[in-house]
Amino acid sequence: MSVQTTPVASRLASGGEQRRPWSYAWRRARSRIPLWHLLWLLVGALVFLVPLYALVQYSFSGLASGQSPFHWYLTVFDDPQFGTSFWMSLQIALETVVVGLLLMVPTAFWVHLRLPRLRPAMDLVSVLPFVVPPIVLIVGLIAFLRPFTWLIDRPEVLALIYVVFALPFLYRSLDAGLRAMDLQTLTEAAESLGSSTARTLFTVVLPNLRAAIIGGALLTVAIAMGEFTIASLLAFNTYPVYIYNIGTSQSYEAGALSVISLLLTWGAMLALFVLGRGGRTPTQTGIIK
Amino acid sequence: MALAEVAESAPRSAVDAHARPSGRAGLRRWAFLGVVPFIAYITIFLLIPTGELIVNAFRDTHGHFTWSNVDQAIHGQNLAAFGFSMQVSALSAAMGGVLGFLVANAVLHDGIPRFLRPVLVSFSGVASNFAGVPLAFAYTATLGTTGLVTSLIGHVGLHVTPLFLTNLLGLSLVYLYFQFPLMILLVLPSIEGLKKEWREAAANLGASSFTFWARVGLPVLAPSLLGMMVLLFGNAFSAYATAYALGSTGLVTTTIGLLINGNLTLNPQLAYALAFGMIVIIAVTVSLYTLLQRRASRWLG
Repeated sequence: MSVQTTPVASRLASGGEQRRPWSYAWRRARSRIPLWHLLWLLVGALVFLVPLYALVQYSFSGLASGQSPFHWYLTVFDDPQFGTSFWMSLQIALETVVVGLLLMVPTAFWVHLRLPRLRPAMDLVSVLPFVVPPIVLIVGLIAFLRPFTWLIDRPEVLALIYVVFALPFLYRSLDAGLRAMDLQTLTEAAESLGSSTARTLFTVVLPNLRAAIIGGALLTVAIAMGEFTIASLLAFNTYPVYIYNIGTSQSYEAGALSVISLLLTWGAMLALFVLGRGGRTPTQTGIIK
Repeated sequence: MALAEVAESAPRSAVDAHARPSGRAGLRRWAFLGVVPFIAYITIFLLIPTGELIVNAFRDTHGHFTWSNVDQAIHGQNLAAFGFSMQVSALSAAMGGVLGFLVANAVLHDGIPRFLRPVLVSFSGVASNFAGVPLAFAYTATLGTTGLVTSLIGHVGLHVTPLFLTNLLGLSLVYLYFQFPLMILLVLPSIEGLKKEWREAAANLGASSFTFWARVGLPVLAPSLLGMMVLLFGNAFSAYATAYALGSTGLVTTTIGLLINGNLTLNPQLAYALAFGMIVIIAVTVSLYTLLQRRASRWLG
C-alpha cells in the first residue's frame, strides 16, 4: 500500500511546488511575518495611545518660563475645591461599596444555595441597568424622589443610586466566585458539623469569596468615582463634575485633573488584573460615558 | 471507579430523601424571603422610577392622559436629535466593531507573541472605562482647535473645523475610544471559539487566509459579530457625559440633560417622553442582540 501511494504523493507535492513556487514561498513568509495583522495592532495602539499622549502633553504645556512643569497640577492641588470634591467622591464610592456588598453578598449566596432556579432571573435583572442608562434613570428618579427632599438633597443619595449600576458587576463577580468554590459541598460539610447558615456565610463562604468581593468592590469604586451624568444633573459637586466646571474656564488645570482621573482608573484596573488572575472578572462597566 | 461512585451516591440520595422531611420543604417555601431585600432595592431605585417616567410620558402637567408629549418627542428638533444619536451610534458601532474585530483577530495570529493577549485584554479594560469628562478633554487636546493631531495634520494641509468634535464623524471618533476596546473584549472569545479543524481543513484544501474568512469564518461569526455591534450601538446611544463635555447639544441624551438641568421654565414632560423613546430603542437593541446571540450559538455552541 505505502509503496504505491508514496510516489503519487511525492509527485503531487513536487508538482504543486513546481507550479507555484513563488506563491508558496510568499505565503509561508507572510504567515511568519503577518504584516496585515501587525498593521491593525498598530492602528489599535495608535487609537488607544494618541489621545492619552495628547492629554498628558497638554497638562504639561502652556507654561510661562521658569514655571515648574507640574505647575497646573500644583495649581489644582492648591484649590480647596479639589480636596472637597475628591473627598466627596471617595466617600460616595465607599458608601456605594458598603451598601452594594451588604445587599449583594447575602443575595448571591442565598440564590446559589437555596434558589438556584432563580439564577436565570438574576442574570436578567443584572442586565436591567443597561436597558435603563443613567440619563434615563435620572429622569424617572427626579419624578419619583421629588417629594423626598430630605433624601434627594443629600450626597448620600448618589451612593444609593450608584448601587443600582454596580449591581450587575457585583453580582457577576460574586456569581463567578461562588461557582468556582463548590458551595453545596462546603455548606453541607459546615452544617453537618453543626454550623448555622450565618456562621457558614461568615467563616466558610466569605473567606473563599475574598478575591471576588475585592474585584467587585474595585469596579464599584471605578463607577462611583467616575460617574458624571447623575451627579451633575442633581447638582452635586463630585470629582468629575468639578473637572467639568474647571474645564469651562481653566483648560490646562482640567487637563491635569483628567490625567489624575486616568491614573485612578489605571490603578483600579491594574489592581483588578493583579487580583483577578485566577478567575474571570468583568472589567467593562460602560456606565461612565 | 465510576461504578463505585454510583454505588456511593445512590444510598446517599436515598438517605437524603428520607432525611428531608416536611421541615426542609417548609423551609424551601420561605426561601424566597432571602432575595426580598434585593428585589425591594431594585423596585425602589430602578423599577418604580422607570415606571414613573413611562407613565409621565403620557400625562400632561395636570396628570391627564395625553399623546402630546410623545408627539412632540418624535417631531421637529427632537426627531432630529433621535436621528443624530442613532447616526453617531451606528457609525461608532461600525467603526468600533470592525477595528475591534481586526485587532482581536490580529493578536490571536500565530506569528504574534502570546504575551500580547493578556496585555491587550488589560488595555481594553482600561480604555473601555476611560470615558466621560476626562475622555472629552483628551480628545480636545488631540483634535480640538489647538490639538496635537490638528496641528500635525495642519502641516500636511488638512484642516480640522473648530466644531469637528461635535459633528457626526468627530463624535463617532471620540466614541470609538470606548467602543473598540469593548468589541475586543466581546469578540476575543468568539474568534478563539472558531474550530481549529475548520481552519486546518480549509488550509488543506488550499484556501488562503482570506478565502477562509470569506467562506467560513465570517459566515459562521456573522450573527454574533452583528449582535456585538448592536450592543455597541446601544452603548453609544446611551452615552451622555462625553458628548455634554464636548459641548454637543444635538443628541437625545444631551437634549434630555438640557430639559431637566434644574431649569423649571423648561418642559419636563418632554424629558419623560424622550427618555421613554430611549427605553424603547434600547429595548429593541437588546432584543435584537439576544436574537442574534441565539442564532450565533448554532455554530459556536
